[in-house]
Amino acid sequence: MYLRDLITLTSSSFLTYRMRSFLTGLGIAIGIAAVILLTSIGEGLHQFMLAEFSQFGTNIISVQPGKTQTQGGNVGIFGSSRPLTLEDADALRRLPYVEYVIPGLVGNAEVRYEGRTRRTMVLGEGRDFGKAFTMKVQSGSFWTDEDNEQARAQAVIGSKIQQELYGGRNPLGSWLRIGGQRYRVVGVMESKGQILGMDMDDALFIPAARAMELLNRPGLMEVNVSYRADVPADTVVRLIRARMTEMHGREDFTIISQEQALEVLSSVLDIITFAVAALGGISLLVGAVGILTIMTMAVTERTAEIGLLRALGAREKQVLTLFLSEAMILSALGGLMGLIIGVGISQGLHLLFPALPVHTPWLYAVLAELTAVTIGLAAGVAPAMRAARLDPVEALHAE
Amino acid sequence: MIELLNVSRTFTVGDQQVAALRDINLRLDAGEYISIMGPSGSGKSTMLNMLGLLDRPSSGTYLLDGGNVTELNDEQQARVRREKIGFVFQSFHLVPRLTAAQNVELPMILAGIPVEERKARVQVLMQNYGLSDRADHKPDQLSGGQRQRVAIARATVMNPTVLLADEPTGNLDRNTGWEVLKLLEGLLEQGITLVVVTHDAEIGARAQRRIHMLDGRILSDEANQNDSK
Repeated sequence: MYLRDLITLTSSSFLTYRMRSFLTGLGIAIGIAAVILLTSIGEGLHQFMLAEFSQFGTNIISVQPGKTQTQGGNVGIFGSSRPLTLEDADALRRLPYVEYVIPGLVGNAEVRYEGRTRRTMVLGEGRDFGKAFTMKVQSGSFWTDEDNEQARAQAVIGSKIQQELYGGRNPLGSWLRIGGQRYRVVGVMESKGQILGMDMDDALFIPAARAMELLNRPGLMEVNVSYRADVPADTVVRLIRARMTEMHGREDFTIISQEQALEVLSSVLDIITFAVAALGGISLLVGAVGILTIMTMAVTERTAEIGLLRALGAREKQVLTLFLSEAMILSALGGLMGLIIGVGISQGLHLLFPALPVHTPWLYAVLAELTAVTIGLAAGVAPAMRAARLDPVEALHAE
Repeated sequence: MIELLNVSRTFTVGDQQVAALRDINLRLDAGEYISIMGPSGSGKSTMLNMLGLLDRPSSGTYLLDGGNVTELNDEQQARVRREKIGFVFQSFHLVPRLTAAQNVELPMILAGIPVEERKARVQVLMQNYGLSDRADHKPDQLSGGQRQRVAIARATVMNPTVLLADEPTGNLDRNTGWEVLKLLEGLLEQGITLVVVTHDAEIGARAQRRIHMLDGRILSDEANQNDSK
């Protein structure tokens, strides 16, 4: 029997039972549409989260004081380990593959300009901050010299500080009082908005050495190392661990590679996407029951026809193939319908709510269609086997 | 040539064994015109199913063209049915979803014959049976006589050696029935072996050889001297 004939024969039964076939296909379509829609939202969320976490750049490794296992948290200066120092940062800067090393600490301080006062976040950073992280300076620039002993009192301010204290005027070159000390403003950051709850626009950046003094801290909260993109994170992590152990005499620090952190996050998000896909899968199961029902009915209704086919010389296998392909084609068509509905709704959602992250992964679409075909096959097996095993004589006389 | 040797067929109905055929010995030669008659329950339908390889004997041997077909598996039996046996039923058994032409084409589809050859053979047959203008009609748009003509076309499209007709005129009025019978008898000229099962004595009498059955046995097997055809 030719494939073309198989399609002609099966489609003739769809055309005869149009409504019934359509409704059965619709059952599968709804399942597939649900899977597509849910995975599209899941995948959109996935990409949104990853973008959120990786917006500072991905080839960054962070060294923090304290070992997670010992104190139940890398609480930095409150831990019992030796603090991270600017000397540690200098030592890391001499490692191969390393591009920029940015010592960092965060605190709060009062900032005053011409009678206006504001309490704001102060970030002690290195001069290469703007290069290592994907954060741009809107006007001016970061300080260019960096002397651990006598860092100059220079500051880069966030766009919100500029707005609040300067009322939009050009702050470059002006003198700003931070925690009672005078700083010269050398740059204004581009507006970045909130990042994981931290308003980066309502912050200002000063050299780490000065921040330690200003905030009265004995050490750094972290040292961020950016490395060449073509080098694997593991290599750099190993180098950093060796150098830091050498500096501290033991491993009293924690190294977090952003690449590794993102991998973990990504796999967690993958599981979420898979879980919502499985939820949609439940409705697919319902569709499969529909196929099973309709095929069982079809075998009963067409018993005499099956007997005839056997009398005309059809093998058991041919009868099996006929009914199996009918189930498969029915659910494949339903799947296709679901694919169109699912993609249509997710794109429609995206148009209606641009903020909602929606992304249809094509792999999932193909997988969904394959699932539909498989479901048709699985649901069709039992009725098709029954059809094939009918006794030809009895089948012929069923009317 | 067909030969049944000591063929019996028993069915189990509930906890009872019912014998539909008892120790049948029968030999049909190529080109014969045979009618099988008898009351219902006499085993004539079982005999037909047996001859058509739709049913297997409980015991005994069935030789078709010298070969033992009793031992064949499903696939081989299907092949024999496809190539050597044609069926015509009382209730036509046309597939309602397919057109007349597609119904005739069906055995060739199952046999995997290429499209061009199929179309050509269907066209010739439809013309021979006067169905050319009905080719694209569905069975429910055809009269009873037309339906049975389609069924005969379907039964002969594979050029079988044996044609088994089970009450072929049972669902037709008298005149149409005669026409259909004439059509079937015309096939004898092509050397086909025609077996007609009927309870209508008038129809049965037309055959050159008449077999009467009762209770699963052959009651009489007589040749008709004055051919009424």
